[in-house]
Amino acid sequence: MLIFEHSRKNRRNYSQAPATRPAKNDIPDHLKRKSIPLLPEVSEMDTVRHYTRLSQKNFSIDTEFYPLGSCTMKYNPRACNSLAMLPQFLSRHPLAPEDTGQGFLACMYDLQEILKDVTGMAAVSLTSMAGAQGELIGITMIRAYHEAHGDTERTEIIIPDAAHGTNPATAVMCGYKVIEIPTNRDGDVDMDALKAAVGPKTAGLMLTNPSTLGVFEKKVAEMSRIVHAAGGLLYYDGANLNAVLGKVKPGDMGFDVIHMNLHKTFSTPHGGGGPGAAPVGVGERLLPYLPVPIVAHEQGVYRWLTEKDRPQTIGRLSAHMGNAGVLLRAYIYVRLLGAEGMHRISEYATLNANYLMAELRKLGFEIAYPNRRASHEFIVTMKEIKDRTGVTAMNLAKRLLDKGFHAPTTYFPLLVPECLLIEPAETESKETLDRFVAAMKEILDEIATQPDMIKAAPHDMPLRKIDDVKAARELDLVWEPAG
Amino acid sequence: MSVPAELKYTESHEWVRLEADGSVTVGITQHAQELLGDMVFVQLPDVRRTLAQREDCAVVESVKAASDIYAPLGGEVIAVNSEVETSPEKINEDCYTAWLFKLKPANAGEVDGLLDAGGYQKLLDSEAH
Amino acid sequence: MPFIPHTEEDVAEMLASIGARSIDELFDEIPAELKTGKLTQVPPGLSEMEISRLMYERAQQDGFYLSFIGAGAYEHHIPAAVWQITTRGEFYSSYTPYQAEASQGTLQLLYEYQTMMASLTGMDVSNASLYDGASALAEAALMAVRQHRTSRRILVPQTVHPVYRSVMRTIVRNQAIEVVEVPYDPATGQVAIDKLDQFAQEEFAALIIPQPNFFGVLEQVDALTDWAHDKQSLAVAVVNPVSLAMLKPPGEWGRRGADIAVGEGQPLGIPLSSGGPYFGFMTCKQELVRQMPGRIIGRTTDLEGKEGFALTLQAREQHIRRSKATSNICTNQGLMVTAATIYMSLLGPEGLYRVAAYSHANTVALVEQLEKLPGVKKAFHSPFFHEAALQLSVPADKVLNGLKAQGVLGGVLLENYYPDLKNTLLICATETKTVEDLDKYTEVLRQALAASA
Repeated sequence: MLIFEHSRKNRRNYSQAPATRPAKNDIPDHLKRKSIPLLPEVSEMDTVRHYTRLSQKNFSIDTEFYPLGSCTMKYNPRACNSLAMLPQFLSRHPLAPEDTGQGFLACMYDLQEILKDVTGMAAVSLTSMAGAQGELIGITMIRAYHEAHGDTERTEIIIPDAAHGTNPATAVMCGYKVIEIPTNRDGDVDMDALKAAVGPKTAGLMLTNPSTLGVFEKKVAEMSRIVHAAGGLLYYDGANLNAVLGKVKPGDMGFDVIHMNLHKTFSTPHGGGGPGAAPVGVGERLLPYLPVPIVAHEQGVYRWLTEKDRPQTIGRLSAHMGNAGVLLRAYIYVRLLGAEGMHRISEYATLNANYLMAELRKLGFEIAYPNRRASHEFIVTMKEIKDRTGVTAMNLAKRLLDKGFHAPTTYFPLLVPECLLIEPAETESKETLDRFVAAMKEILDEIATQPDMIKAAPHDMPLRKIDDVKAARELDLVWEPAG
Repeated sequence: MSVPAELKYTESHEWVRLEADGSVTVGITQHAQELLGDMVFVQLPDVRRTLAQREDCAVVESVKAASDIYAPLGGEVIAVNSEVETSPEKINEDCYTAWLFKLKPANAGEVDGLLDAGGYQKLLDSEAH
Repeated sequence: MPFIPHTEEDVAEMLASIGARSIDELFDEIPAELKTGKLTQVPPGLSEMEISRLMYERAQQDGFYLSFIGAGAYEHHIPAAVWQITTRGEFYSSYTPYQAEASQGTLQLLYEYQTMMASLTGMDVSNASLYDGASALAEAALMAVRQHRTSRRILVPQTVHPVYRSVMRTIVRNQAIEVVEVPYDPATGQVAIDKLDQFAQEEFAALIIPQPNFFGVLEQVDALTDWAHDKQSLAVAVVNPVSLAMLKPPGEWGRRGADIAVGEGQPLGIPLSSGGPYFGFMTCKQELVRQMPGRIIGRTTDLEGKEGFALTLQAREQHIRRSKATSNICTNQGLMVTAATIYMSLLGPEGLYRVAAYSHANTVALVEQLEKLPGVKKAFHSPFFHEAALQLSVPADKVLNGLKAQGVLGGVLLENYYPDLKNTLLICATETKTVEDLDKYTEVLRQALAASA
């Protein structure tokens, strides 16, 4: 039932809002609202019950293993939440004077410095609210750089075909043409194609490393030389930073700008779709263009640097300074880990991924890049199984739900047909991984003996397979009261 | 895979029928329809719009993909099939009957650049891996 | 090792299965020259006890103030249930609802949210959130240009939040879209309609219409909406969601209603938290739904005909449409929307009305009290809603410092954004303020004015 279906006219709660209406309403009559908005009229207990029960229909990291490739579904430490929600942090207005927020600003400054070290970049801005916005910032800065150098002919951004969809979407949103280059059989970018694509129109290259195929781009230093020699700049999509945290620094790989996904690598919560935060780091070339505000520490005092301090900045991307609460959670996380903890993340994420890959290979699953090490993730392809039995990656994903596991990523990379992109993250124990392998074995057996049952999965969830074709053909996007 | 012999084809998986009055009818092939899956929405070009060859002029959308349709020839749009706008599933049912739009070609010579059934079949064979 | 459960035995067994001798060996594909040394700027790890101590100290350092600052972020009472439920693990740590069968809780909640926002704004459909009010306005501008097809210009009054205008510029500039600003009338604090008429012969994809505007002043939204439509431009509303309990919603503006409505959702149960995370909302007319960026939830059925919910119209989004997507947005502000939906459910239409009405009444009362002090007067002679600009006859920055020393944050210095508005404060009193709070502000301001004289 929807919350509206619990409504009763004139039912209301008494303690959350003022007890009466004020005596007068002096809004001019032609600007007054005459209609009543469709909001629920429900008791407090019914509201709590309704949303609590809804929450119980969700999978979550707190309840299930989520081997979602490229999403880094690691444990969200509870201390990060409770300390970020200390009342003084929660109640502070973004426009309150800086001297009333030195504690908060100290956390932000420390986070900037830590992220600089982790990424090997010259400066960091915390303002970006999600990976896609980090990409937008990065490409906008690249545009500003070329314009400042009078280089107006650079109209193209090169992107590997394996890239996450936000990459080409961002390039176009920033007014560039996308030049796609292929990936070779080993999972690396095709270097000949890159050399052919690079030229005087190249504004930059967007790269994820390790790539979305789960393997490390071994020739990254050479790619950097080629693009820089042609006058272009390099953007690093940090979605897969969990694989190399503390092992490799993007600054050392030659990147001019990078974004990090705090809601992936730094364990801030996914929250059913967000909020994220994606701090952007830059090398020397792009330093002047970094978005504001940035925290500075001068003579013992923290303050925000603004357009006045950074005249060449590309400007602001949010009304205030970004997702402060998310940044606080990431700060607490990095303080709990410390330097040694950071090194361990990539080690154990990579160990877990390689272990799962070895175990699934033993079961008979086909690994897409069998001669490569897994980074923190790897791909299984179900193409042969589909050709033989008709069972697809999506069918297997739905059957995994029945077994109490969230499915791996199936939506990309587009390059590998019927793919399962699997990322266990470092916070999962060996026993959980073994249970997952056992479930996959069960499904393999089920595919052999009852393929039709698998094609009709899921069977044990609150709902059977959702009709998403109907959802798109017969758009029903808002509830309407009867009559 | 159905590749009717009497039609012409493009590399972007549109089929083209040359009509007796010199106009052409355009739709998408079985291969394209199968790849896209259940159609949910179709956006057709405005009638009387002038298109260049290979200009993107329409969109067919399924649950898992949205595909641009490219004009196989340059010319003026003289008709659109409103039936597929209201019932996009007709494309899945019979993609060679569920046409999208008709063009009056500006340059008759461009027809020679289209693939015939054999050429299109070769393209499909080479794409399969 | 924090958050890593492996024992030495586990590691040995796993390495044996992989066929590697050490974890280091798993990194053998990374060229040696790229492998980094130790992290030098990252301090050693702290225990939970130690980090708690540090964070408590920093929080205490910041303390609490009696705040009368609005300017786009508003202090309202947040019912206790909102964040207790929102931080349940099943909401907090769940993922984007791509696998619909495993996410019916989030999906149904978002469908309920879409219903509430569409109705609150008087529009047909809503998306499931954007990052914040400023970026939502930028997305609306891009959407208007896509829809309009001929003009790549946006007309925006200077009464729209200054940072929103700046963010919009930063984002749309990339696509060679021109943003043209219209000055405000210094007497009324509204968009000057006669200044609009000088643009009568020019083409625009959209006119942005705020309500209330940054000064808290109420605009002539019907006339502005009709002006836009008469020119074949879209009307894009920027509104405060709590105000919509009392003010005519964008869908009812002018003859045909606004086409797109955006704004900042923070007032709906989201804490101020130094500026984020908040959420941007966007609603629009039915015919524009395919141009709307962001995720959208639809109601449908499953195999057995049971009611269910799923992400729909995904083919517009980046993960499918890639370079032709409506936007590059992927992650949104899902958890904040969860909180806002629970907030709206707890308050209901009458509760939200009272929150809006008392926010307005308290501001009216505060302005009346303050205007009785020497050298304080309203900057604009117009109806306002829950925020007002007051001009002082003495340096306002010193006054603010004097107030701060007494634990009161008196408002925002408008001169920081509008150089012509010297010594003018933007003040806001919400339903959280008592009669004693208003009296305290009045007394403290009286003292600060006397000290400056």
